[in-house]
Amino acid sequence: MSGPPQPGEQLAALAVTPDRYVTIRYAGASGDFNPIHVDEEFARSVGLPGRILHGLYTMALVARAQTEAAGGPAHLRRLTVQFRGVAVPEHEIVVESVVKEVDGNRVLVSATAVQQGKAVIRGASVELEL
Amino acid sequence: MASDAKAPAPAPHTYAVGREKIREYARAVGETNPLHLDLDAARAAGHQDLVAPPMFAVVYCASAIEEALFDPEIGIDFEMLLHSGQEFEWGPLVLAGDEIATSVELAEVYERIGMTFYVLASQSRNQRGEVVCSGRWTEVVRPRT
Repeated sequence: MSGPPQPGEQLAALAVTPDRYVTIRYAGASGDFNPIHVDEEFARSVGLPGRILHGLYTMALVARAQTEAAGGPAHLRRLTVQFRGVAVPEHEIVVESVVKEVDGNRVLVSATAVQQGKAVIRGASVELEL
Repeated sequence: MASDAKAPAPAPHTYAVGREKIREYARAVGETNPLHLDLDAARAAGHQDLVAPPMFAVVYCASAIEEALFDPEIGIDFEMLLHSGQEFEWGPLVLAGDEIATSVELAEVYERIGMTFYVLASQSRNQRGEVVCSGRWTEVVRPRT
């Protein structure tokens, strides 16, 4: 960020195309081996389009968009998200963030994560300390 | 147990934060900041060791959250469980070598549009007693049809 942010300002967007095996690596890293994330057949059997991304992985992309825009992990003080819809591997996810409020060194940001035209995280609320 | 007696809080779960686990997690979520990957860079920036990304909280909270979700007294129907919302508030950074103790309690249960929502509250402290992360985990159980 160059200079203090202003309400209405967009932060740098983050675009990521998760590869085919990202859910396997994230399962190992996080310990969440729910079969809807790692087993194609099981995921289809419960009505999903196939293996879906972990919601907390998508949340981590939202978090990364903020820490990259703000200049490092210490700036992210709070992040609140609601999980909406399912995200899948091999399709681009774009995180967009807009400044809502600035109060001294505290900056409130609203963010969304969109894949294939649908919000998978909408109205994420972020508090940064700059 | 008497109905007015509050169940004793389960003992906190302690997680020892390791360098390679931070690297593994950071790579899995696509972090490129050298603070999470390169020990020399982390030290040059004034940290004693590799810095965990904020969302690494899911790693050090995992076993305490699982214990709370599997509590037979809560009796969650796992096959119908979805993660509906998540909030984290962070304190001081977590570094490799830290020992993080996490306690979880069931903060709220409510019904809405025919579904049951469970809100778990987690609090994680480092070895100095500082709160490094507070979390609210909202899980929803869809009704069986």
